[in-house]
Amino acid sequence: MALTDTQTHRIDLKLVAEMVQPETRVLDVGCGDGALLALLAETRKVDARGIELSREGVADCVARGLSVIQGDADTDLADYPDDSFDYVILSQTIQATRNPRLVLEQMLRIGRRAIVSFPNFGHWRMRAQVFFQGRMPVTEALPYSWWDTPNIHFCTIRDFVALCDLVGAEKERAVALDAAGGKVGVNAPWWFWNLFGAQAVFLLKRG
Amino acid sequence: MSDLSPSLADPLKEANEPSSLVARFGPEAPLLMDCGVVLDRWQIAYQTYGTLNAGKSNAILVCHALTGDQYVASRNPVTGKGGWWTAMIGPGKPIDTERFFIICANVIGGCTGTTGPASTNPETGKPWGLSFPVVTIRDMVRAQAALVDRLGIETLFCVAGGSMGGMQVLQWAASYPARVFSALPLATGAKHSAQNIAFHEVGRQAVMADPDWRQGRYLEEGTRPAKGLSVARMGAHITYLSEQALHRKFGRKLQDREAPTFSFDADFQVESYLRHQGLSFVERFDANSYLYVTRAMDYFDLAADHDGVLARAFAGTKTRFCVASFTSDWLFPTADSRAIVHALNAAGASVSFVELESDKGHDAFLLDEPNLFATTRGFLSAAARARGL
Repeated sequence: MALTDTQTHRIDLKLVAEMVQPETRVLDVGCGDGALLALLAETRKVDARGIELSREGVADCVARGLSVIQGDADTDLADYPDDSFDYVILSQTIQATRNPRLVLEQMLRIGRRAIVSFPNFGHWRMRAQVFFQGRMPVTEALPYSWWDTPNIHFCTIRDFVALCDLVGAEKERAVALDAAGGKVGVNAPWWFWNLFGAQAVFLLKRG
Repeated sequence: MSDLSPSLADPLKEANEPSSLVARFGPEAPLLMDCGVVLDRWQIAYQTYGTLNAGKSNAILVCHALTGDQYVASRNPVTGKGGWWTAMIGPGKPIDTERFFIICANVIGGCTGTTGPASTNPETGKPWGLSFPVVTIRDMVRAQAALVDRLGIETLFCVAGGSMGGMQVLQWAASYPARVFSALPLATGAKHSAQNIAFHEVGRQAVMADPDWRQGRYLEEGTRPAKGLSVARMGAHITYLSEQALHRKFGRKLQDREAPTFSFDADFQVESYLRHQGLSFVERFDANSYLYVTRAMDYFDLAADHDGVLARAFAGTKTRFCVASFTSDWLFPTADSRAIVHALNAAGASVSFVELESDKGHDAFLLDEPNLFATTRGFLSAAARARGL
C-alpha cells in the first residue's frame, strides 16, 4: 500500500541526502520546516542554507539554527551569484513552481549540481484514476483536489527527462521509488520507471 | 522650564551627568568623526544588564533607535517609565539577561548622557548647540566600539537593534566584521529612502520654525522650542504606525465628546493621542539632538561607502545574520530588508530572513510580537551553540 505523506517524504529525504557529498555548500529551495537541511547539517556536515515561502516554515528553520530566508523559488533564485553552491536541492517542490523550466535553469546556474525529487504523475495508480474514473487523481501522497492543490505543474518521469534534455542538464544519477518506498529496478527502461515509480530523484549537472 | 515632578531627573543635567554608567574619553582616545572633526573630550553613557562571563564571549550590544536611550531594560530617570525594550530583554526573555551580558549605549549626538548638542562644550563652558559636529551612523558605531574596547570585550556575541539601531548593526558588521559574531538588524534598511529623508526634513523644519529655537541657542537663552519639536514628533509618530493600527486604535472616535465642536480642538481621539505623544516627547528629548540624529539616518547609505555595491560592505564576512521586517511597516518596508538579504547572499554570508505578519507598522519591533520573539530566541540559541555558550 502507499505510504503516508510523511513516510514517503522521509525516504525521499534520505535518498537526497545520500547524493550529497560531505562538507559542501547546499541550498534547499522550498525547505519547509528544515527537516532535510537539519539532516544534511547533522549527517553530512554541510553548510546548509534554505529558501522557504511560508513564514511558519522560516520561523521553524531559524529556531533550529538554520540559515533560511523567506522567498520564492520562482523569483528569488535570480538574486544568487553563479556557482554559489555545490548542490541546489528542490525536494517535492518543482510541481508547485510557476515556471519549472526557469527554476531548473537557475538551479543549474547557481549550483554545480542540482538535485530534484518529485512525485511521478505517470505512476499507474494516477493513470488508472484518470482512465477508469475520469477524475483528476487524488492519492494519499497527493491528497489535494484539483481546485485546491498548490501543485500546478505536475509531470511524469519522462516529462522531466525531456525537460532535462531541453535545458541541457546532464543526468548523473536517477532513482525511482515505488509506492512502498523501495527502489524501482535500477536497470529498467524509462517506461518501466514511469509506470511503477511513485517518486523520482535526479542528480543533475550542467551539460 | 518644564514642571517635572521632583522624583524625576532634570534632562539638562542628564546630558552631562547621566544617572547611568558613563565612560569618559580624553585626548588619548579621540573620536574621529566622518565630517572631519576630532572630538578629544567626549563621553558615552551606557547601561549593562546580566553578567559578562569569564571568556567575555557573551556580550550583546543593543543599538537604540532615533529617540531611544541606554535605558533599554530599566527605568528612564527623566520619564520614570520602564525600559523601551523590556518585552525583548530580561530574565528568560528572548535576549536573556541570565545568559547574556547586554550593553546599551546612548548614541553620539543623543541627549541622555553621551556627548551631543545638549552637552557642555569643554572649550566654551556653554552647550554645544549647532556648533556640535554633524554625526553619522558610523560615528555612533565608532563611539560604541571605543566603549566595547574600554569594557575589554574583543568580540560581541551579537549586535542587535531595530530601525536606526538596525542601521548601526549593519554598520558594525561592515566596519568591524571580526568583532561581530552574530547580527540582528530589524525593521531597517541599508540606506534611508527619499521618502524617509522627506519626513525627517518636515520634522526639522518644524523645530527650526519655532521662534523659541533661537537659531539653536535656546539652552543659553533659556527657552525651549517645545511647539516645534512636538509637531515634529507628531508627524514622525504617524510614520511609526500604520493605517490599520490607527483605524483599530482610534477609528473616527471622538475624544470625550458626543459631537464635533466645530472648532480646532482635538475632537478626534487620534488628534488627542498625537498631541499627547508630542507633549510627552519634548519633556525628555533635546530639539537640537533631534536635528542631529535624524540627519545621521538621512546620511546613511552603506552601499555608497562601498562603490555603490552593498555586497562589498559584507565581503568575506563570517558573521551570522538574522534579518526581519514587518508586513505593515511602510517606513522600512520589506523591500529594504530584502535588499540587505540580497547583498548578504551575494557575499556568501550566513543569513536568515523573515517577514513577520503584523498590523502595527514600523513600531512593531518594539511591541509584543510573539513571532519576533520566537525568531530572536531561535536565532540567538543557535548562535550561542555555535559559539559554545
